Amino acid sequence: MTINNYEILPIKSPDDLVRVRQATRALAIQLGFSLVEQTKMVTAASELARNTMTFGGGGTLRLETLLDNGRKGLRLTFEDHGPGIPDIDLAMTDAYTSGNGLGLGLGGAKRLVNEFEISSRVGEGTRVSITRWK
Amino acid sequence: MERIPILRMGEFLLVTIQVDMHDRLAQALQDDLAERVVKDSAQGVLIDISSMEIVDSFMGRMIGTIAMICATLDAQTVVVGMRPAVAITLVELGIALEGVRTALNVDKGMELLVASRGKRSMA
Repeated sequence: MTINNYEILPIKSPDDLVRVRQATRALAIQLGFSLVEQTKMVTAASELARNTMTFGGGGTLRLETLLDNGRKGLRLTFEDHGPGIPDIDLAMTDAYTSGNGLGLGLGGAKRLVNEFEISSRVGEGTRVSITRWK
Repeated sequence: MERIPILRMGEFLLVTIQVDMHDRLAQALQDDLAERVVKDSAQGVLIDISSMEIVDSFMGRMIGTIAMICATLDAQTVVVGMRPAVAITLVELGIALEGVRTALNVDKGMELLVASRGKRSMA
């Protein structure tokens, strides 16, 4: 698998959420994603970026376009150095909420993409990576 | 600060969300609408989201809260113009928009509000 190009965006303010959605949309269009595929990826990005901002105290998003055996993909990696998630399994359930959301951020985002990876350490931070293939 | 305009159409209020929904903008809309429903004695609120390219759980929750506030103030809320891709994504995300009535477009939403107002005045 090759990474064709990447860019990094900060996630600190609600304005950054708007920029995250726009950058994700632009790359999804560039990769030839259908309108529904674009919408799912942008929505997942919006959910996760809000988690990074609200629960992680801010962080970064790395956007990468991938090429794997002729298959094109978009990978987004959200990283923060916030408090971390003590129980990831619990956090993935739809009913769970630790802030002012519906508690759908993680579980919901996972359903909108093809691949979902999460790693978190209490006191160190959280990293969530999602990939959608064309 | 930027605000989403609220238009008066007879007994109803019409809100057209035409910008990429900013979190603070969403909160301001909630406050402004509650105030206008009371000030204009509005019977119903139409929220046109046909320009919204995505609705995430925060925005979905905001729409649900607006509908609840308006219902508490005796005004009905109808969300109109949801794009098909947004509907598909919302369902997969697990957001049902419970308690929020929807219609395909502003005209149909208006019909719904007029019909439910008729029912109420007969009761």
